[in-house]
Amino acid sequence: MTSAENLQAFKREGRIVVVGASLAGLRAAEALRGAGFTGSLTMIGDEMGEPYDRPPLSKQVLTGWVPAENTKLPRRREIDAQWLLGVPASGLDLAGNHVRLADGREVPFDRVLISTGVRARPWFVESEAALDGVFVVRTREHAEALRRALAAGPSRVLVIGAGFTGSEIASVCREREIPVTVAELAPAPLVGALGAMIGDVAADMQRAHGVDLRCGVKVTRLEGDAQGRLRRAHFDDGSTIDTDVAVVALGGIRNTEWLQGSGLAAGVWGIACDTGCRALDLNGLITDDVFVAGDVARCPNPIYEYRLISLEHWANAVEQAEVAAHNMVSGQADRWPHLSIPLFWSIQFGVNIKSVGVPTFADEVVVTQGSVPDRRFVAAYGYRGRVTAAVSFNNAKWLDHYRQLIETAAPFPPPCPTPDQPADMKPVPVDFPGPTLLAQGATVVVTGHDPSERRVTAAHQHR
Amino acid sequence: MRVVVDLSRCEGYAQCAFLAPDAFRMHGEEALMYDPNPDDARRDQVLRAAAACPVQAILVDQLEGRDAPAEASPS
Repeated sequence: MTSAENLQAFKREGRIVVVGASLAGLRAAEALRGAGFTGSLTMIGDEMGEPYDRPPLSKQVLTGWVPAENTKLPRRREIDAQWLLGVPASGLDLAGNHVRLADGREVPFDRVLISTGVRARPWFVESEAALDGVFVVRTREHAEALRRALAAGPSRVLVIGAGFTGSEIASVCREREIPVTVAELAPAPLVGALGAMIGDVAADMQRAHGVDLRCGVKVTRLEGDAQGRLRRAHFDDGSTIDTDVAVVALGGIRNTEWLQGSGLAAGVWGIACDTGCRALDLNGLITDDVFVAGDVARCPNPIYEYRLISLEHWANAVEQAEVAAHNMVSGQADRWPHLSIPLFWSIQFGVNIKSVGVPTFADEVVVTQGSVPDRRFVAAYGYRGRVTAAVSFNNAKWLDHYRQLIETAAPFPPPCPTPDQPADMKPVPVDFPGPTLLAQGATVVVTGHDPSERRVTAAHQHR
Repeated sequence: MRVVVDLSRCEGYAQCAFLAPDAFRMHGEEALMYDPNPDDARRDQVLRAAAACPVQAILVDQLEGRDAPAEASPS
């Protein structure tokens, strides 16, 4: 049988399993059917219910406008899938080609797509995380529980972590006129993602809206009363605040533990893949039948020196899902690479913040359009004299222009394309608190001497 | 009915907020907030808003009249 005939037979009657039934998994399933795959399709998800959209959870849902239940994702077409919901996958057997579920079932596949995403990082002390009044926001249930707590009119909310989610929650609290304290270990909000210059803008914005913003501090203890209700938070500078709601917004943990022992290059950093979303094994070899998409994927980007980058961006999940699905049912000569430039947005304090590119891949930043005090501007990021990213505050219409600059390796600093050129267009150091892009460290060891023996094994990190 | 807006594409033209104000609202100058589950009675309005979006960022459910696809029941 030729490979073309094999492919046609696979498209007709193959078995595809999608592990992770959220945005990326659903969009991949739709794309598979759209590409003419008529075989069996199984969707595995650890949550009950249909795939839903997460961005509205920290915005529309918390303001009380939309119930958490009403965020199910629209469907682009029937996917005629078998859904195995409410049970997580617990293992992947690449020798026997099946996915193991936590309840002991085994699901065979010819090709598998992994889109298991991330989960919320919980508060590090379990007994304190269990206090009534301590929340995280990742799932529909989380958002609904926090919405109820905000509706009850808390005396003060403590947000731990001033990344995008934490800042959006602080914004919602102020919109609802709830006193809010934000505690951030870094010198400013958003600084890990966007650098010190934008961090200062974000800090001013929070304070102007009445947020009690405390940077450079760590929350050391959450204190409850005899009834197990949160009452007080302790900081490492010795201060305390009285609070009845704390939102832990310390980012996510990638759901890769279930792949330990599978032989895939999977770990805390995500699952490595090529630009065609094909997973790599521990040796860096491309697998034939295992694909990855969404928050859990760690994909090389040629624009950024082929570094493996994992992104928790909505548009990235959709695009990787479509590339992965296409490649799952296409021959070698027809495969697509995932080469799109990352796009991200956040809505907070009435401002539309958007970014294009990878701002952490930069050594300098410069305001190229508009006015920082007016909170209507664009800042361009550069690395060794070329444009690598841009961030806009209420100026989204211009980001496509900057995307093109990034794609064509345009020189940095770029000229201002509009009459609203800032008086001072001097680049400043971008100043991130740590080497965020390269900080993951070595996690494998090489063994063997002869080429036929040399193999890589995982050195699992202690966490 | 189900709606999702790809806010990475949205550039804040506000056409949707003008055509279907119950489902789409501007938050500040250019940030969009939307109801992902607008009332079915607003369907025509929402479809008009989706068609008018200059960057085609609004996706409306294509499975008309099927609020809860049976295939999504847990097993």
